Amino acid sequence: MPRERLQPGSVVDGFTVLELAHRGGMARLFAVSHPDHDEPLLMKVPEIGGGADPALIVGFEMEQMILPRLSGPHVPRFVANGDFSRQPYIVFERLPGKSLYHRLDDLPLDPAEVAQLGARISTGLADLHRQHIVHLDLKPSNIMFRESGQAVLIDYGLARHLQLPDLMDEEFRLPYGTAPYMAPEQVLGVRSDCRSDLFALGVLMYFFATGKRPFGDPRRLNGLKRRLWRDPPPPRALRPEISPAFQEVILRCLEVNPARRYPTAAQLAMDLQDLARVPLTARAEKQRRDGWAEVLKRRFNPDPIELLKPQAAQGAQDAAPIIMAAIDLSAQAELGEELRLTLQRVLENTPNARIACFNVLKINRLRLDEEEDESGTNLHVARLVQLKHWAGPLRSREGALTFHVIEAVSAADAILEFARENFVNHIVMGARANSAMRSLLGSVSGAVAAKAPCTVTVVRPGRAISKIAAQGETDERPAV
Amino acid sequence: MRIAFLSDIHANREAFEAVLADCEGRRVDRFVILGDIVGYGPDPGWCVERSMALARAGAMVVRGNHEQALGTPASSMNSAARAAIDWTAQVLDQRQKAFLAELPLAEREDDRLYVHSEASAPARFRYVRDADAAARHFAGCETRLGFCGHVHRPALYALGSGGKVTPFTPIAGVAVPLLAQRRWLAVIGSVGQPRDRNAAASYAVFDTETCELTFLKVPYDLDATAAKIRAAGLPESLAARLHGGV
Repeated sequence: MPRERLQPGSVVDGFTVLELAHRGGMARLFAVSHPDHDEPLLMKVPEIGGGADPALIVGFEMEQMILPRLSGPHVPRFVANGDFSRQPYIVFERLPGKSLYHRLDDLPLDPAEVAQLGARISTGLADLHRQHIVHLDLKPSNIMFRESGQAVLIDYGLARHLQLPDLMDEEFRLPYGTAPYMAPEQVLGVRSDCRSDLFALGVLMYFFATGKRPFGDPRRLNGLKRRLWRDPPPPRALRPEISPAFQEVILRCLEVNPARRYPTAAQLAMDLQDLARVPLTARAEKQRRDGWAEVLKRRFNPDPIELLKPQAAQGAQDAAPIIMAAIDLSAQAELGEELRLTLQRVLENTPNARIACFNVLKINRLRLDEEEDESGTNLHVARLVQLKHWAGPLRSREGALTFHVIEAVSAADAILEFARENFVNHIVMGARANSAMRSLLGSVSGAVAAKAPCTVTVVRPGRAISKIAAQGETDERPAV
Repeated sequence: MRIAFLSDIHANREAFEAVLADCEGRRVDRFVILGDIVGYGPDPGWCVERSMALARAGAMVVRGNHEQALGTPASSMNSAARAAIDWTAQVLDQRQKAFLAELPLAEREDDRLYVHSEASAPARFRYVRDADAAARHFAGCETRLGFCGHVHRPALYALGSGGKVTPFTPIAGVAVPLLAQRRWLAVIGSVGQPRDRNAAASYAVFDTETCELTFLKVPYDLDATAAKIRAAGLPESLAARLHGGV
C-alpha cells in the first residue's frame, strides 16, 4: 500500500496537516484542521514500517476501537479514524497545555498539591472505569488537564475494554506497560483489573511527593517482578512532611494484592479530596521497609495475587459502591433505627461498600466567613460526635464508614453536590415525618430523589405490626 | 445492511417468534439461518414453514446436522436427539422435508461465510469449542468473516496477523467491532435451546457498514415450549434443559 509521507500541507480525508506537534516512540502527532471543526485537532499516525513492533500496530487498532466508545470530560473527544488499508490515523481534540511529564523537573512537589492532583486523576479514572476501560498505562506523560482543572487521560494504546475482545492479551507473551508504573498483576500478564490503574496512580503520587520512584525503572522482567515481593521505603521515611494519612493512601494504592488496594477509583478520589477523614491503619505509621523474613515469605508465596477474570472485573467494581447516608439527627428514633437497619443490610450484601455518613449543619444565608468563631467550630465538632454516635451500632469492616458534616443553606443542595462530587452510587435518607414542617419547607428527600445522579432510597419508620394485621384479611382467624 | 443471524432454532416456535419480534425493532434487512431448524423441539412444521417463507423473501439458509439426520437414519446421535428426530420425521410433510434436504452446507456472500459447524469440513459437523477448533476453520477457508452455530453457546474468535487465535465470550447487547486487520469467526448461540446458562433465546445482528456484531438475548415463554415437548411425548430431558439454559 503506497502511503504519502505526511507533511505540512498534506490533506487526508479533508484534514489538513498544519505541523508536526509531537514525535513519540510509536506514533507521530500532527496538528490538523478540518472545515467542519472549529477546535484544534490532533492526528495520531502510527509508525508502521519495517521492523515495527507488531504490538504497536495492535495497540493502534485497539485505540481506534476504544476511543470512539469513550465520552465525557476525562477523555479527549474523538473525531475520526483512518482506514488501515489507506492511511491509518486517529483524529481527536487537541488539549491545551502540557502533560504532567513536564512537572518532573520540579519534583518533589508539595504533598498537598500531589494529593490534589491525585484526587483529580482518580476522578478521571473513576469515569473511565465506569465506561468499562482499564487504562493500563497511566503515567505523567499520559495525563493532561482541562482549563476547568479536570484531568484528561490520553493514549489508549495499551488500554483494555472489558466488554470487547482484548487483542493485546493473546498476541504477545511479554507484559506491556511502562516499567515504573506497572502493577504487579500486569507484570504477570493480567489486563483486566481496574485496580491496576490505582497502583500506577500510587506510583505517581509516591514519585511526585518524594522525588523518588518507588520501584525504580527496571529494564528486565526480573527487575519488574521484584515489586511482587519487595516493598518500597514508606514515603514518610523519605519526606517527613508527608502526612500519615497521605502515606496511608499511597501505600494502600501500592499493595501487591489488588484486593488490598482501594476497591474503586471513586473510593480513592473520595479519600484524596479530604485526607483528614482517611481512616488510618498500620500503613500510616510505617517507618521502614518490611524485614527480610516478611519479604522472603512473599518472595516464595506462589500465589500473591487474587486474579480476576475479565467477566469478574466489572462485578468487582459493582460490589464496591459508595453509599451516602444522609442523616437527620433531629429525626425521631424510630426513623433512625430503620435507616441503620437499611444500611446494615447494604453492608452485609456488599462488604466492599463505602458508607459516607452525612449531616448538614444549617447556616444562615447571610453569615460571613469572618464570623466563623469558636462556637461555630464547637457546633461542628459536636455534630461530628453525634453522627459517630448515631452510626455506632453499625457493624462494618475497618475504614468502611466516613463522617461528613457540611455547612450549607439548603440540605437538599448540599446532599446533591456531595453525591455528584464523590461518585455516590446510592443515597439512603429518611423521609421527614412531620407533615406540617414538610408542607411548609418542602420535602428534602423529594428534592433529592428528583435531581439525584444515582439511586435514592427514602426510608420510613416501620409500620406497627397491629396496623398491618388490621389491613390484612379479616376472615382469617389468628392461629392460637 | 443489517443481517440477523439465527441458529439452532430446534423447532422452538416461541423462541423463534420472540427473536423475529425483536428483529423488528432493529432495522434488520435480511435473515441468515445457520441450520438446525428442527430437532429437539415440538414445533418443527411451523418453524420449517416460517423458514421457508423467510427464504422466499431473501433469507439464506444452510443445513445443520439435524436436517442431515432426517435424511440419513443411520447417523450417530444421542438417544434423546434420535428420538426427537424420528418423531420429527413423522410430523413433517414431504414438501417440508424436501426443503430441508436441499439446503446447502455453506453459503458465501462478499467476505462472509455461513456454515452450521465450521468451514474445514462442513459435512462433518465438528464443534468449535476452543481456539484450536477455530484455527481449523480459519485454515479451511479464505473468507474474512465466518458465522456458524452448532455449539449453542455464543463465542467469538479472532485470528491475528501472527496466526494466533483469540477467543472471546461476548456480552449480550454490546456491539463488537470486527476489526478489518484480522479474520473473525462468530459462533452464534442457539435460538431454541441455549446452553450458555441463560435460558433466553440467542441470536446476533451484524451491520456491514460499521462492521459491528451484536450478540443478543431475548426472553420467551419457555414454560409453553416445555409443556408442548412433554405433551408430544418427547424425552423429558429436552423440556427440563430449557429452564437452566444448559
